[in-house]
Amino acid sequence: MKSGGRAGGQKEPPQAPVRIGLADRDGAVGTIMLAPAIIYVIGLVALPFFLAVALSLSDATVGNPGIHHFVGLGNFVSAVHDAAFQFALRNSVIVTAATLVLLTILTILQVELLARDFPGKKLAEILLILPWAMPVALAAVGWLWLLDSEFSPIDWILRAVGLLGPGTVLGPANNLFYLGREWLGLGAIVVINVWRTLPLSTIIVLAGRTAIPDELYEQAALDGAGYFRVLFQITLPALAVLLIVAILFTVLVIFGDMTVVALTTRGGPGYTTQILPYWAYLKGIQGGELSEGAAVALFLFPVLLAAAVLVLRMAYRREE
Amino acid sequence: MAILEVRGLAKHFGDFKALKGIDLTTMEGEFLTIVGPSGCGKTTLMRLIAGLEKPTAGDVLLNGKPITPLPPRARNIAMVFQSYALYPHMSVADNIAFPLKARGIAKAEQERLIHWAAGILRIEPLLQRRPARLSGGEKQKVALARAIVRKPSLFIFDEPLSSLDAQVRAVARAELRQLHDRTGITTVYVTHDQVEAVGLGDRVAVMQSGTLRQLGSPQQLYNEPESTFVAGFIGTPPMNLLEHGGTIVGFRPEHALPRAAAPKSADVAAFSVRIKRIEFLGAEWLAYGSADGQFGNVNVLCRLRPETVGKVKAGEVQEFVVARHNLRFFSKATGMRAGPSPI
Repeated sequence: MKSGGRAGGQKEPPQAPVRIGLADRDGAVGTIMLAPAIIYVIGLVALPFFLAVALSLSDATVGNPGIHHFVGLGNFVSAVHDAAFQFALRNSVIVTAATLVLLTILTILQVELLARDFPGKKLAEILLILPWAMPVALAAVGWLWLLDSEFSPIDWILRAVGLLGPGTVLGPANNLFYLGREWLGLGAIVVINVWRTLPLSTIIVLAGRTAIPDELYEQAALDGAGYFRVLFQITLPALAVLLIVAILFTVLVIFGDMTVVALTTRGGPGYTTQILPYWAYLKGIQGGELSEGAAVALFLFPVLLAAAVLVLRMAYRREE
Repeated sequence: MAILEVRGLAKHFGDFKALKGIDLTTMEGEFLTIVGPSGCGKTTLMRLIAGLEKPTAGDVLLNGKPITPLPPRARNIAMVFQSYALYPHMSVADNIAFPLKARGIAKAEQERLIHWAAGILRIEPLLQRRPARLSGGEKQKVALARAIVRKPSLFIFDEPLSSLDAQVRAVARAELRQLHDRTGITTVYVTHDQVEAVGLGDRVAVMQSGTLRQLGSPQQLYNEPESTFVAGFIGTPPMNLLEHGGTIVGFRPEHALPRAAAPKSADVAAFSVRIKRIEFLGAEWLAYGSADGQFGNVNVLCRLRPETVGKVKAGEVQEFVVARHNLRFFSKATGMRAGPSPI
């Protein structure tokens, strides 16, 4: 028997004429799709960058922002000789490095915790993500209260357990003055930085952790591996790329960010907790010396560039 | 070498009873295959034996000692997963070394064992490669090398061949059996493919919806199925099952002969079959038809030898006979084996 006899005079389905439009031209589509990104990069990255270079070589001020006289590297020389700049450079490196180390450890701990099932997991997830969702102003108020020179609840607890106050280990004062001392201030900045970057890095790395097949862990268990062997030889190598991405994000955010310092220590006491971006802002905008501020800001650039290039390279090499 | 014993093993996931009490004992150095349709609980049984799940009831014993409370790493059982579960960021050599490192074996001894295992599976040229650069067959060999390198008491395979091409599969199957014969390690092999189960196993366990239906040699299962389920599951094509009154009559397709081809003297039962189609399979032909009359037009398959094909034509009603000693009877109510009844 022949298949599909055309009984009843069935008609061919109507064929609409095909129109070739703009969307069929690959070149045109590519240009249109890329345009926003190119405009963005030129307008908001390249242009300000070259403007900053030009400013740093000139004698422009906020009162007289025209770039008329070039003074060579004079701005850089005077910036480097400034004691505040030296503190700022040192602190930027210390704060970024300490944040990274703490962040990496805590990210791994949180991911390992959230990769398992336990009662109350949903609540824990929400609490751990909360810092990311919290408005900066609200968070700042919370931290300023926690670290307050008189009413700090941390001090209150320390006093209650007998660690702070006259005649104790941390005494004799009744308060620790977190934002009024060099190393306590830097420590507070690191803690706040870790607190606000931890949710993002956890989410990034957790996505990778849940993508590791369960069978790999079962195989490792059957092969006789204990918890730490599994963590260091199965989990962490599999997460390496995502951990690097999370770290890259953090370096870029922390090294170039001034909000935490601006809202807490304001660089004090003296210049001892100053950092580069805040110093560039104070010098260039508040102090009116636009050209020297630009020079300070440009010191951030090689570090950020090197970090970005290095980390992207490692990420690509890992994936091969 | 070891004897694995499973006693009254049950596993419930909420309301779902994945295993309803399994009793099973292997022999020393045996290759036991477990076969059943998907969802019959065979993989759950494997995972319970390996220690990846905790049973709801019952015990797993190795050499007479209960291992039920032990974690997987304390059981000395090697398992090869369907996906092979190779560690993706480690070279083949590091993959094979992993169980040795976990046991704290000395570096020199590790080297020796890696080369011993790689030599058996002939994968020495691959030792420095990453799993991503291996073919399916090579991955399987690496997984096997990793399993044998620590000399386990028991091997468990969970459908290890199902992700291979049909062509590589036959070779890999032979390889598996060879490996078992060479090492003599007791092996439990899970598959949904009855051809694989019958071809590989010293004995075969047939499972259905969480229970063990029959355990026996491939010949026992084929010739003396204890239930209609086993009769219909084992064999390609399976046993013909025809309802007749309160019983079900079964016979293998190769036992049905056209009346003209059967010896005159034999004690036979006759069936008239309407032939629908004849299929050429190379060494033999397969006739698809329906058993007429008292058997209610149930579908029937008959295997024809080349010399009898000429006597059978599609579209005709043909008389087939089966020697009475080749008939198997089952109760219609329970599906279990029953004594012979007149036909």
